[in-house]
Formats: sequence, structure tokens, C-alpha cells
Amino acid sequence: MSRLLRPASRLVSSSAARPVNVRSAFQSFPRVPAIVQSRGYAKESGVKEYTVRDALNEALAEELELNPKVFVLGEEVAQYNGAYKVTKGLLDRFGDKRVIDSPITESGFAGLTVGAALAGLHPVCEFMTFNFAMQAIDQIINSAAKTHYMSGGIQPCNITFRGPNGFASGVAAQHSQDYSAWYGSIPGLKVVTPWSAEDAKGLLKAAIRDPNPVCVLENELLYGQTFPMSEAAQKDDFVLPFGKAKIERAGKDLTIVTLSRCVGQSLVAAENIKKKYGVECEVINLRSIKPLDVESIVKSVKKTHRLLCVESGFPAFGVGSEILALTMEYAFDYLDGPAQRITGAEVPTPYAQKLEEMSFPNEPLIEAYIAKMLRL
Amino acid sequence: MRGATVKSIVGELLGRREGIAYGKGGSMHMFTKGFYGGNGIVGAQVPVGAGLAFAHQYLGKKNASVVLYGDGASNQGQVFEAFNMAKLWNLPVMFGCENNKYGMGTAANRSSALTDYYKRGQYIPGLKVNGMDVLAVKAAVKYARDYTTNGHGPLVLEYVTYRYGGHSMSDPGTTYRTREEIQRMRSTQDPIAGLKHKLLEWNVTTEEELKQIDKDARSDVDKEVAEAEQMAPPEPTPKNLFEDIYVRGSEPQFMRGRTPDENYYY
Repeated sequence: MSRLLRPASRLVSSSAARPVNVRSAFQSFPRVPAIVQSRGYAKESGVKEYTVRDALNEALAEELELNPKVFVLGEEVAQYNGAYKVTKGLLDRFGDKRVIDSPITESGFAGLTVGAALAGLHPVCEFMTFNFAMQAIDQIINSAAKTHYMSGGIQPCNITFRGPNGFASGVAAQHSQDYSAWYGSIPGLKVVTPWSAEDAKGLLKAAIRDPNPVCVLENELLYGQTFPMSEAAQKDDFVLPFGKAKIERAGKDLTIVTLSRCVGQSLVAAENIKKKYGVECEVINLRSIKPLDVESIVKSVKKTHRLLCVESGFPAFGVGSEILALTMEYAFDYLDGPAQRITGAEVPTPYAQKLEEMSFPNEPLIEAYIAKMLRL
Repeated sequence: MRGATVKSIVGELLGRREGIAYGKGGSMHMFTKGFYGGNGIVGAQVPVGAGLAFAHQYLGKKNASVVLYGDGASNQGQVFEAFNMAKLWNLPVMFGCENNKYGMGTAANRSSALTDYYKRGQYIPGLKVNGMDVLAVKAAVKYARDYTTNGHGPLVLEYVTYRYGGHSMSDPGTTYRTREEIQRMRSTQDPIAGLKHKLLEWNVTTEEELKQIDKDARSDVDKEVAEAEQMAPPEPTPKNLFEDIYVRGSEPQFMRGRTPDENYYY
């Protein structure tokens, strides 16, 4: 057993000894106190309400402003103002050289933006949704993610692929898939999954500045949701570091590891569990799944001794599978019971509403499963 | 010629540390300044090459990109996607189809509904070039470069050529064509023999001088190959294995090895 624990101790000790990041772009910023971001968030001075859409828009506008090598290319990003209005106003502000409507040709424009990145530009390649990026996944993986390694480190590829990922309501199987696990498995890529407005802004800006290819997996159902944005996060130098999860809610009885839209659902479930049973769940928002913050997960499990992963992808070989496997490898001895996961159901997403509801995690399901896990 | 040495290329083929990609890329993935590699995925290089042209245009440079693919790759959908965007945005790119008559073992007429590859651009002007004539290729590329860098948009060039050898190390190259065909091409169409013939006919040089050039080239390459063979392969260390997955200074905390014990910490 000690053999298995050795890497965990090495992980924790090495990170303590090592500065978090060397790039000046990733300035560490004081973490907002880990309080529940419920609807009744107390308004501190300077805190503003932002939708995720506005946060993404602001991030793009700031990066376009700061660096002339940054440009946005994708379907309907310019004249239409973005299929989901994320790029609203950017054409008017930056012109058609920087904000470019592409034909519906995912493989082609993904390849073209990769080429532009190899030649030194910093493209933001928007996919109307990541479902359509499957047409272009070869360019993302083979042309973008692998080139730096294959060239022996002489050819970087600074590109950001972004767009909504995961399920949206009422659009059935071909438009409702979560690709976190697909991209998260590729060495050479970085992959982030923002939940809140601060996540969205800080991670997108960090993605554009990062010299590697980064996939920003947004969520359509979150675009219209409102979150408080701290004063620091409203500034144009706000970036979030990759590979650092955020404890959205502190607790001592169960660690919930989650990402994207499931963070909000898990927070609601955790609040309800507290009201009903007085049990405190710790909710960890992964923010970035590649690199993945194993350290925060291990630290939390040391405290709570139980782990539940909540995600909405297909269960087989998914983010949840990875979290559970890592927990086995790095935190087995701290567990009081088997680590568990809640995932999307193993089914192509159905169209009919009631069937669709059965396919993805929701608050009551998470709540019920926590109660079962903790024998409440 | 594009800024790399014979030694570094051969070293890479042999998987040596001093190879052009430090032994990480192999025959299909070589990069140097202004040279953006092969791409191991047939056809995927075409939109990437259009992207290089996009960057030239974006940065206001008077450069063009040369994109090469084969008669086999010409049927890939993304080749047509790249054509469309290149014409739409008037990109300075020379799409070049090297038609060597076979995509692996499939003859062009068994894979392509239209084997006039220079016509494949539809709305993009095309040029058919004798790829077995060095001077014709040079003249065509010069013309195309001037054309495309002067704001006239892309061109599709078909270089008609031939492949004497097999497609790869595992292909003897004789199951799908006759030895006579190869022999005939070699004796009547060979580009080196053809250039030699012209140079002599035009009294540019003498047979002796050419022999000397041949000899010098051979000994130069032999010398570089010998040096490449002496290069050491990369030491099988975790550092060599895990370096350069990400740009230095921007790596994750660690990458996983085969077991957690083999994790590599940057």
C-alpha cells in the first residue's frame, strides 16, 4: 500500500516546493472566499452581475484589444453577432479583419486556423457547438495538439478552440454530447470547462494567452445564467490559472467533484442536504480538466473521507471514470467507502422532454444519491 | 535548402537525438523556419497550408504558401474546403497536386472521377506542369508565386510526375503496375537525365563537369549520412520522453507515466 501512496505524497510535496506558474500571464489572484454562490449573494462593493455570455464577450473583446495577433473566426461570429451572441458587437468594434465569418466547413476552418497559429497568429476558432467539431477533431488533435511534441519543441501552436459543449435542451442526440473526456485524454491539449461568469472570463483569457492549443468547453444552458463578478475579475488583466480547481463550497462530510453546469446543480443539492440532514458537502469546481487538479481532490478526501463525482457525459471512460481511478490511486487509504459517480445515462440523447430529463443529472437525483451514499 | 541539413534529416529518419525534431517526429514530421512539416494525415495539410497563407495576408507580408499533396489526397473533402476558403478570401496559396499516378497502390483512374487534377479547383485557375522537367517546375512556381502574391488569389498546380519506388518501406511497388512501366518512365522521363541532356545540348556545361557535380553530391551526402549514423539516439530518460508536450514554462504540474510511480514532474 505504501507504494501506492508514494506518488500522492510526492504530488503534494512537489507542488508546495514549486512556484505555481512561471508565465506572467497567469498572475495568481486572491481567491474569492469559498462561500455558496446562491441566488442571495450579498452584494459587495464593486461586485457586478454578469451573464456567462457577457463574461465570454468581455474576455474576447479584451484580448482582441490587447493583442493584434488575436482574431476570432467561426460560423456566424461576425455579421450575425454569434449564433449564441457570445461575439455580439465584436465585428463593429474590431472590423472584419479580426472577426471573420467562416463557411460551414469545420474541418477546413479548424485546419486553416491551426495553420495561422503555426505561422504565429493567435486564433480563436469558434465552433457553433462542439458537436460539429467532431468534423474537425482530426485537426484539433493531430495538427494542433501533437505538433509541438512532434517538432521537438520548435513549432508551437497557440490556438483556442471554443464553443458550447454538452447537452442543450430539446435538440436530441446529434446536438447533445459532452466531449470533455474526448479532449481531456489528449496530451498536448489543455481543456477547461467554465461554470460561472468568472470562470468563463478568466479561463477564456488564459486560454488565448496560453502558448498551447486549448479547448474551452462552454455550456449553452449556462450562457444566460447570471453570476456575481468580483471587481478584480472585471479588470482586463484577470486570468485564472489552469490546473487549479476551486472549492465552491466548503464541507467536511463528502467531497463532490464536478464541472461545468453540474457545479451549480451540485451546489443546490448540497444546500438542500444541509437543510434536511445538517450534513456539509464540499463542492469542488474542477475548472480545468487538463491539467486536472488531483491535489485539491486528494486534500478534500483527506478531510471528508468520501467522494462523489458529478458530470453529464457518457459514463463509460468518462471524466467520472478518471476521477474515480485517480481517487483509487492517490487517496484510497483516506476513503471510508467506495468513491461514486453520477453521470449522463448511457444512451444517445432522446428528444422527448421526459426522456431527456432521465438522461442527465439533476438536483433531486444528486440529492437522493448523496443521501443514499451517506445513509442519511 | 529550406534551412535544414542533410545530416539532421537523416538523423531524424534514424531516430537520433540530433535529428531535426530531436528524434520525436520521424519521417513524416519535420519542421524548420518557413517549413511546416509533413502531416501524417493525408489531406489534413491542405487547410493548414491555407492557414499559413491566411497568416501572411493577415500580417501584410508578401509571402505565399506552397501546399503539396498527392493525387490520392486530392479526393479528401477538406482539400475542397480549403479551395473554397482560399478563393473566398483571396489567399496567397499555391495548391500543388503531385500526380504520380498512384495513391499507394490505387491508380489515379481507379480513385478519381476527374484525373485532370489542375481542374479540381473549379473556380480557381489551374496549371498543368510537367513534373519531370525541373525547369518547367521552376518556371511554373515562379509564375504562380508572382501571380498569387500580387493579390490574384490561389492557384491549383498539377505536377505530373512518377514514383519509381514503392509507396513506403513495405511496398515493393510491383503488384499494381508492371516493371516495364517503371523501366520505361525511368529511361524516357527521368528528370535528372532530362536536365543533364538539356544542359549538354545547350553547352551550359560539359559531361566531365556534370560527373564531378554528381560525384561531389554523392560524397557530400555519404559524409552527412555517416555523421548521422554516428549520432546518439535520445537517452531513454523521463525528461527526454516528456519534454516539449507543452511549450516550456507552460507545462502542467506533471504528466502521467505508465504507472503513478513513473509520473514526470516538470
